[in-house]
Amino acid sequence: MQCGGFRISYRSDERIFDTALPIVGVVLLVAALAVVPRFATTYWLDVMNRIGIAIIGALGLNILVGYTGQISIGHAAFLAVGAYATAILEINAGLPFYLAIPLAALIASGFGLVFGIPSLRLKGLYLAIATLAAHFITSYGIIHWESLTKGVLGLMVPPATVFGIPLDSDGRIYYLIFALVIPATFFAKNLFRTKIGRAFIAIRDRDVAAGVMGVSLYRYKLLAFVISSFYAGMAGGLMAHHSRILFPDAFTLLVAIDYLAMIIIGGLGSILGAIFGAVFMTLLPEVLKLSATSLTGVYPNAFGLIASTRDIVFGLAVILFLMYEPLGLARIWLRVRSYWKLWPYAY
Amino acid sequence: MGDQIVFMLQLIITGVAVGGVYSLMALGFVLIFKASSVVNFGPGELVLFGAYIAWATILPMKLPLYVALPLTLVVAILLGLVIERGVLRPLIGEPIISVIMVTFGVASVIRGFLNMTWGSDTRPFPVLFSPEPFHLGPVPVSPVHLWSFVGVLILLAGFSLFFKFSLTGMAMRATADNQQVAQSLGVSVKWVFALSWCIATVVSTLGGIILGSVRGGVDFSLADLGLKVFPVVILGGLDSVAGAIIGGVLIGVLENLSGGYLDPVMGGGVKEVAPFVVLVIILMLRPHGLFGKVEIERV
Repeated sequence: MQCGGFRISYRSDERIFDTALPIVGVVLLVAALAVVPRFATTYWLDVMNRIGIAIIGALGLNILVGYTGQISIGHAAFLAVGAYATAILEINAGLPFYLAIPLAALIASGFGLVFGIPSLRLKGLYLAIATLAAHFITSYGIIHWESLTKGVLGLMVPPATVFGIPLDSDGRIYYLIFALVIPATFFAKNLFRTKIGRAFIAIRDRDVAAGVMGVSLYRYKLLAFVISSFYAGMAGGLMAHHSRILFPDAFTLLVAIDYLAMIIIGGLGSILGAIFGAVFMTLLPEVLKLSATSLTGVYPNAFGLIASTRDIVFGLAVILFLMYEPLGLARIWLRVRSYWKLWPYAY
Repeated sequence: MGDQIVFMLQLIITGVAVGGVYSLMALGFVLIFKASSVVNFGPGELVLFGAYIAWATILPMKLPLYVALPLTLVVAILLGLVIERGVLRPLIGEPIISVIMVTFGVASVIRGFLNMTWGSDTRPFPVLFSPEPFHLGPVPVSPVHLWSFVGVLILLAGFSLFFKFSLTGMAMRATADNQQVAQSLGVSVKWVFALSWCIATVVSTLGGIILGSVRGGVDFSLADLGLKVFPVVILGGLDSVAGAIIGGVLIGVLENLSGGYLDPVMGGGVKEVAPFVVLVIILMLRPHGLFGKVEIERV
């Protein structure tokens, strides 16, 4: 009799779901996500929506940084391009959202391609600085190309409509966001079972060796930038429909740093990590807000301190994770899970 | 025609004065990078920290200047030690992304701490120099700019002498050159790492004080100025002290000239973006900058 999980063929080794149980889990999770809007308050729906958008953005960044090893501080710029392209395509070209968002994501990938070109010559630190510069140049463009983006005045985005129903509330836009989160997650998960994904990982681990083994660094580095910025563009398009008004202020360097923090805290090079990180970083300010609300009785000034407390907690979280758990929440999750799997016979 | 030239000279002089401060910040950045290969992505927050501490000791605490300034520098040194000991030493040998992110984390903590203690309002900085401009030929120059430039020159000359002749300075240069050899000759590399952070926080603090008095106030926008360090160090060469100094002045002049001439044409904000355009061009053409060591690996 076979006891324990033996992987005796490559097929079984590559499988996403080893047993039926996780499939049931995923189905239950999707079902639970589908009924959330019936129970959640507007506030929590808004939080859920932002988590969904952050998940897509973080998945994209993790494909680039965590899996391919190309450091990018320009993620906020990709988000901005996606968001503004969606809005402009809908307002000026009159496209419906289901065409505008994919097109905007493609435009963002084009941007990613351009941003990625320095990666062919530059590595590590230099690439990080190049993407930093690209961020500033893009945000300059958005602020000053006023005929298209309305600059600092803000750009109003019309609500997306499906069969004449406007998706103008948090409960309605929720379905659009999670209808994209789920395929985005599955695509990312499957990407790393393919040749392309393996090539990304090989480049991250040792680019010269990957090149010697026949991985075209040129093609795959650019492809990583393209896929990553497609995700970011999609997230940006959803942001445009979620907040319905776009300001350049929503895409500062701090946003790019937030996304990097998501994948560091969640776990570099892990799909689950990107999701955990997105949830963590979105919930962090909300938790602070809630605790400030409960503290106002004792300490009336608590609300004024949210922003600075957030900065401190955020910084400390990044520092402590890097020092004590560089593989992030995903690693903690694995440890907890394997502990309970064998419990109570851990040895 | 004469007005045109005066306008240009004025732009250049302001540019040199601001560029001197960039040189100071870049000096701190390059020292850390040379000694320990750590890139500090929060140089602006160090400047901000220095400026706020200086403001706090001079204005609310009403200490006389000769007590306030040394006290500020002592606090800056402590900050450098805390960052190096507490955060970066445990991460020696970690991948670049970790080191980059941890400096972002440190910057965030500093920003949050300052915001929590003193709030985000603009604080009027003590007026150290008379605001009355004097004339250098036909060009009006404000004393703050002149004195800040003189201050920067003195500091930079002092640091050059320190690196050239003092034992500590030589130890730092040796470590930058080759850590293993330096260690085998009895240089405490750990100490050099700590020292380079302390010097970086000290020069950033001085830069913050100068910037504060040039602008007449401190607020959180000082931190954004810190990011100008990247164009400076890429232009000068990441590991070159001379490059940092020359690059700082060049970038200062360049951003002022481009701001002065292109802003009316392009509708503002050119000053902020021009250094980064230069950065990209340099990275494409000559990634090691003017004076940096050529060690870019092409893959």
